[in-house]
Amino acid sequence: MNTLLPKLDRHAQARLLRIATHAGALLPLALLFYDFWYYRLGADPVREAILRTGKPALILLLLSLTITPLMSLAGWKQLQPLRRPLGLYAFLYVCVHLAIFVGVDYELNLRLILDGLVNNPYVVVGFTAFLLLIPLAVTSTKASMRRLGKNWKRLHKLVYAVGVLAIWHFLWLAKDNGEALIYAGILAFLFLLRFQPIRQPLMRWRRALQNRRRRPAASKRAAIQPEAEL
Amino acid sequence: MLIKKRTGIEIPSSQITPEHLYLSRRHFMKGAAAIAAGALLAACRPDPPTTLPPTVAASDETGAAPATAAAISVATDELGRAVNSFESITNYNNYYEFTVDKQRVAELAADFQTSPWRVVVTGMVDKPGIYEIDDLRRKFDQEERIYRLRCVEAWSMVIPWQGFPLAQLLQAAQPQSAAKYVRFQTLYDPEQMPGQKSSRYEWPYTEGLRLDEAMHPLTILATGLYGRDLLPQNGAPVRLVVPWKYGFKSIKSIVQIELTDVMPTSLWMAAAPHEYGFYANVNPEVDHPRWSQASERLIGVGRQETLMFNGYADQVAALYAGMDLRRNF
Ligand code: HEM
Repeated sequence: MNTLLPKLDRHAQARLLRIATHAGALLPLALLFYDFWYYRLGADPVREAILRTGKPALILLLLSLTITPLMSLAGWKQLQPLRRPLGLYAFLYVCVHLAIFVGVDYELNLRLILDGLVNNPYVVVGFTAFLLLIPLAVTSTKASMRRLGKNWKRLHKLVYAVGVLAIWHFLWLAKDNGEALIYAGILAFLFLLRFQPIRQPLMRWRRALQNRRRRPAASKRAAIQPEAEL
Repeated sequence: MLIKKRTGIEIPSSQITPEHLYLSRRHFMKGAAAIAAGALLAACRPDPPTTLPPTVAASDETGAAPATAAAISVATDELGRAVNSFESITNYNNYYEFTVDKQRVAELAADFQTSPWRVVVTGMVDKPGIYEIDDLRRKFDQEERIYRLRCVEAWSMVIPWQGFPLAQLLQAAQPQSAAKYVRFQTLYDPEQMPGQKSSRYEWPYTEGLRLDEAMHPLTILATGLYGRDLLPQNGAPVRLVVPWKYGFKSIKSIVQIELTDVMPTSLWMAAAPHEYGFYANVNPEVDHPRWSQASERLIGVGRQETLMFNGYADQVAALYAGMDLRRNF
């Protein structure tokens, strides 16, 4: 990260990361709208729009889950401010996903929506994921974090349950499970990284690596030129 | 020769009225949704493109009539539902022999060889035969049939087919009295059909009908749609169309028709026996294990309630009298 952006100071770097995150997260929505506008969503635009909001929701959710391990294990502390927007964008896509389902696909027909929500097992799973996301989105502010203290962390562990439900939803509706299984693998990996017995040795290993690098680097740095540190 | 003839299905007015009521409510709901979504924005949207897709443009060079509503005698089915556009029908296909992606079948099937093509009629018949595809087109009068196609995935289209009743071919073959079922097979050619390299399914695609279902006047072998020969993605050169069953029963690119006394095991029955049965009749009351079958998305129109036997109950319900349709799904 540092070597990628050697000349930028910490503030500029943070701003760049933030802009890239917002732009990247909004891009699928912009492309979806563009393709809708110019009739490029194919024969079944409704389904296409549902798919093209579900996928970004899942990917953004998984990205938001990579931030914590990247901070603690790789030491990329500058990613910290991205975690909240990534999570909220995931929620935004889920909301659009649901709004298309209810408003466009089911045309606000309450009886059919009810049937659609209850008798489509994969939708039940997706809807549960959505319900669990609501308290997380609501308590994503700094104020909530402060107010809830230790409980905030506990509450936000729910995001793993959301991840499991979202992938289950995807697995159940997909014709080809390959892609959903890749996401499942990523989620399982991220989850394992949170376990103390796995996290501790990784942290130790990282510290050892850092120390080894720091000692010779420190003497070199003095001789050549100062370099931005983490 | 194309004989333009309606299917002769008469719908009692008692059945039409609720549909009208339903439609008007639906339109009201749709209106409300549209306003909510911002009618103003929608007003700025350009008109839909009128250019024909490349597949149509290409065949136009051969002098064929354009695939518009003008190519068919009526533009709606007997329930008043408009036929889908040629573009939709030829670019949204389930044909796992090419890919599971409905939007990519057309492109992957573009070079599929449909001539020469032979259909073998065999098994428990007195007059087995091998028919060249042109024989089938010539020997049997081609009629226009406007049918609803309901996919098991809960979407549907209205398609103007040309073809002829399967019964005519079967009668020509003279089934023996022991024959109870008809077994159909698609071409097996993994070089041309890359999806057949996947070991997930037991290729070739196989389907079956009870003999009385096969002999039913609604059951046709289709050789064309919109007044043209079938394109590969729609099952060229010849496919089955059984409009009261889920779309997967209407097997494509047929090379063999066999009469038999044992119930055929279809590819889908073998792949997922708890999800797909032999009958696969459209039935809003019997859900797929993973989704509801109560309603469907009619492509280009919107959500519709699914009709028993896909709206052909008056013609076919008698075939299943006394059967438990929940068990015989
Ligand atoms: C809020 C309730 C939800 C409903 C009603 C819902 C409904 C649907 C529907 C109808 C489909 C398309 C199925 C098809 O036609 O094949 C779909 C696909 C999908 N949904 Fe959801 N969903 C919900 C929640 C979620 C959530 C919370 C996520 C992830 C965070 C999600 C991610 C996906 C994904 C990844 C796909 C498949 C996209 C693809 O195949 O490319 N959904 N959903």
